[in-house]
Amino acid sequence: MIAVEARGVHKRFGAVRALAGVSLAVERGEFFGLLGPNGAGKTTLISALGGLALADEGSLAVMGHDVERDYRNARRSLGIVPQEIVFDPFFTVRETLTIQSGYFGLRANDAWIDELLERLALASKANANMRSLSGGMKRRVMVAQALVHRPPVIVLDEPTAGVDVELRQTLWTFIRELNAAGHTIVLTTHYLEEAQELCTRIAMMRDGRIVALDSTANLLAEFSERVLRVKLEGCELPEALAAKAEREEGGWWRIPVEDMAHVEGALARLREAGATVASLEVAEPELEEVFVKIMRRERAAE
Amino acid sequence: MRPSDPQTLHAFAGFQTLLYKEVLRFWKVSFQTVAAPVLTALLYLVVFSHALAAHVQAFPGVTYVQFLVPGLAMMSMLQNAFANSSSSLIQSKITGNIVFILLPPLAPAELFLAYLLASIVRAVVVGAGVFAATVWMIPVPLEHPLWVIAFGLVGSALLGTLGIIAGIWAEKFDQIAAFQNFVVLPLTFLAGVFYSIHSLPPVWQWVSRLNPFFYAIDGFRYGFFGQSDVSPWASLAFASAAFAALSLFTLYLLRRGYKLRH
Repeated sequence: MIAVEARGVHKRFGAVRALAGVSLAVERGEFFGLLGPNGAGKTTLISALGGLALADEGSLAVMGHDVERDYRNARRSLGIVPQEIVFDPFFTVRETLTIQSGYFGLRANDAWIDELLERLALASKANANMRSLSGGMKRRVMVAQALVHRPPVIVLDEPTAGVDVELRQTLWTFIRELNAAGHTIVLTTHYLEEAQELCTRIAMMRDGRIVALDSTANLLAEFSERVLRVKLEGCELPEALAAKAEREEGGWWRIPVEDMAHVEGALARLREAGATVASLEVAEPELEEVFVKIMRRERAAE
Repeated sequence: MRPSDPQTLHAFAGFQTLLYKEVLRFWKVSFQTVAAPVLTALLYLVVFSHALAAHVQAFPGVTYVQFLVPGLAMMSMLQNAFANSSSSLIQSKITGNIVFILLPPLAPAELFLAYLLASIVRAVVVGAGVFAATVWMIPVPLEHPLWVIAFGLVGSALLGTLGIIAGIWAEKFDQIAAFQNFVVLPLTFLAGVFYSIHSLPPVWQWVSRLNPFFYAIDGFRYGFFGQSDVSPWASLAFASAAFAALSLFTLYLLRRGYKLRH
């Protein structure tokens, strides 16, 4: 079953073309990443999904419910954590969550609200006014607000900006559990290592278009590689290795290796040649490299 | 938790929660939203009754100060009904927390009714406050309580709706202030709060009859004194027609998502 579907979505804001024909489908239960530079259209796409923006052309659906024609069911199925920190200064944390539950048609939601407060490390602030919270806490309240109605699809628009490392881990542990329980997660983030670690599939956007869409593993295999980096002391790189290697700054050699067996092989060659290794590291494939390469390719294609 | 876990959905909970939140919002700052307008009305009463009591005779058998009380109460109700919906919407838009109302499955009619009823509640509380503060000094008769209730509700509903329109349209606090100063204030002041329109030259009487606020105030006063400038039925018809027209327009704006859903 498809959790999120966009078909040929176009959106303009005056002269700015925010979305130029976006089509994508996120399967139920996926942990999906939506990446791209600022202004790529990620937030506009999310806004269109939640009905905060209206598409000029094309259609969007959440759990099979069209976001305009069947907006009630679409919105019931969707929990969005907006990117900007916003709050209502009139209320406490608990009031905020009780009110948000009510908007979704839920009356007695206290057990779940308590669990959310506990899981997001907000229990001690339940009766504090929203104004008195730090930025990171306000953001966690926004996460809780998006989850009050236990939506099957959860969209997080840069949820970890301004959240410290420990709480970031708390948040991801919780979101992963929700994903394991069957919730579909759509995430945008500028922390690419986070996306690489969490997302099973990734779409990259640029200028309102999707420029890459594949599983994280395929993207890494295609655009990034595992490399062995060595720094030698008082000797040159053996010829057998030099063909594939590249010289880097600071006297480092960069040798692409397919897997750990190749690392073994390369090290054996170095030993055979009697080279003295001063420093050595194995760099795993990185989403950052994939991202940079794809964006460079798109720029070149313009 | 699993997404499929059962949840009991209540059909009217969304509307009720938004209404509750809107009432709570002004009640938490009732010193500004209730006490302040009551004080303002009392100041008007003191100043105008002192300055004009000797010069104005509105209805036979009704002193000017008595005449003034329902007019001032209604003026406060109209202004506060407008202030409630318009300020709530503009604050939510400017601070950005309007997303928490736009993301849930609330229908346009639910949004409209919740903001409208909260405005009426605030108006009724302020109106009651004006009477509670003046009744000790200035006893006012109550000839037809049902008319008082009817016009109290229609008048606040009219301005509550106008406040929603202003809140949807405005992008800055200045624009709300402009709407308040250039539309709401002139229309209330020229609606016969301080005088009977029979004391005006014919042209201005005619102009006053184009102002829907006039009917709300005149009909409201009829409920107290059993006397008015025009028939209460005509006033009710005009005020209700104006309210109905503005309501339909507001629902149209909300359905379109005008300035709310971009």
